[in-house]
Amino acid sequence: MKLLSTLGRYSLATLQEIGSVAIFTFNGLKSCFIPPFYFKEIWRHMVIVGFYSLPIVALTAMFAGMIIALQCYVGFTRFNAEGAIATVVLICITRELAPVFAGLMVTGRVGSAIAAEIGSMRVSDQIDALTTLGVDPMKFLVAPRIIAGVIMMPFLVFIADIIGVMGGFLISTTVLNFSVGSYITQTVQNLEIIDVISGLVKASCFGFCMVCFGCYHGFYSDLGARGVGNATTSAVVASCIGILALDYLLTALFFGK
Amino acid sequence: MSKIEFKNVRKVFEGGLSVLNGVNLSIENGESHIILGQSGCGKSVLMKCLLGIFKLSEGDIIVDDLSVNDREHRKEYVKKFSVLFQGNALFDSMTIIENVEFGANQVCKDKIKCKEIAKEKLLAVGLEERVFNLYPAEISGGMQKRAALARAISLSPEILLFDEPTSGLDPITGGIICNLLKDTVKSLGVTSITITHDLKVAEFLSDRVSVLNKGVLTWTGHADDMKNCGNAFVEHFYKASNIILKK
Ligand SMILES: Nc1ncnc2c1ncn2[C@@H]1O[C@H](COP(=O)(O)OP(=O)(O)OP(=O)(O)O)[C@@H](O)[C@H]1O
Ligand SMILES: [Mg+2]
Repeated sequence: MKLLSTLGRYSLATLQEIGSVAIFTFNGLKSCFIPPFYFKEIWRHMVIVGFYSLPIVALTAMFAGMIIALQCYVGFTRFNAEGAIATVVLICITRELAPVFAGLMVTGRVGSAIAAEIGSMRVSDQIDALTTLGVDPMKFLVAPRIIAGVIMMPFLVFIADIIGVMGGFLISTTVLNFSVGSYITQTVQNLEIIDVISGLVKASCFGFCMVCFGCYHGFYSDLGARGVGNATTSAVVASCIGILALDYLLTALFFGK
Repeated sequence: MSKIEFKNVRKVFEGGLSVLNGVNLSIENGESHIILGQSGCGKSVLMKCLLGIFKLSEGDIIVDDLSVNDREHRKEYVKKFSVLFQGNALFDSMTIIENVEFGANQVCKDKIKCKEIAKEKLLAVGLEERVFNLYPAEISGGMQKRAALARAISLSPEILLFDEPTSGLDPITGGIICNLLKDTVKSLGVTSITITHDLKVAEFLSDRVSVLNKGVLTWTGHADDMKNCGNAFVEHFYKASNIILKK
């Protein structure tokens, strides 16, 4: 009986949380389309998401490409299919690994910072001060971050695609003794636009997911340093799970039967 | 008709902590009102209730014809106020002058004019030009308080709210700020509510004083009458303020 009521309480709390995230997301999205627009803030966040995250995203993409090439080689030699390595690297990187890794890395870097920044603004009355200055916090704090996330993530992932494929190329031609020419021809021949596009669309959605969870948890952070710390943790956890779930949905949508 | 009317305002926080237990007060247009009270008695909470930041558990606050509970006219309602928060609430992603400009920008759209207003207000609160381009985290607490004050008075609101404008300042700067507050309130002809611990500030600024104790306003009247008002708590508060600590 006690177990049942605890279970019930938890499910209700979870449902309530999902509901309030949904409302928050809807309001955030709405505020992206209603003026005033704060272009300076949008630009600032575009730089944070797009430019300062570039090194880690590039690095992870590069390693991802290198690892796939190596793993595929080990597996594919068992049935003499080494020739498919270039194609597999290309598909893995563009469809899956670049967007997902970029999403997770940017969550760790930017999503956590969003939650911490907005949370500490909440704690120190800055959000209330915005309201009393006649500025809608949704438009000033949330909308610029959403816009920056949605626009800059595809850009990041596009660069990660290139670097990831280069990583595979590097390992294949140096360690695995593939010929440079044939690797490149294979890559170019098997390059399908839908693979790249689907990855970029995913990137946009991941950016949106990351920003929304960061803003939501920051906005409703408990008071005090511990509250902000918890908000940051929740934002990162929720956003990572959200990204993987979204990934499945989008993959099913693009390539599912 | 009064400008601000508190009607039986109650605030109970989640967890059952009851901070305000029925506050009734009416403040006239153009009045300079002071709220006194012990630390932790709910002065800041009262101010946040007035601004609609905390939802009232019971009762109502009417400003002109608008109710704080009326969420539809929230924007109009909030526009009437300009606030100095106890914790300053300066935006830490902006420099000092950008903070004040941001405030001024809400009332005047001309960028150059905003900058002028910002400069003028910052100089008025006694900040030097060298700190204008620093971030809030890079200046002292008292300087932050003054910058926040500059931001509050850079708007031209109908009601000014100051939460402890002089706490944490030395007596010289405190005096300058007090004079500035008085001048600002007088020249704008606005209604003001100031929260303070300092009786001298209260006497200097106020038309009327209210004392908050145990969640209700126990006494409202003129600052000079505090001494012999017949209310035990208020007299105690008054006397305690005048005790010079002996070795
Ligand atoms: N967000 C909140 N949630 C729960 N309780 C709160 C909250 N804010 C304030 N309180 C409680 O309300 C009471 C009054 O706090 P308030 O900040 O109004 O005091 P104050 O009169 O302004 O004191 P001081 O002069 O020290 O600033 C305190 O007991 C505090 O614990
Ligand atoms: Mg206070």
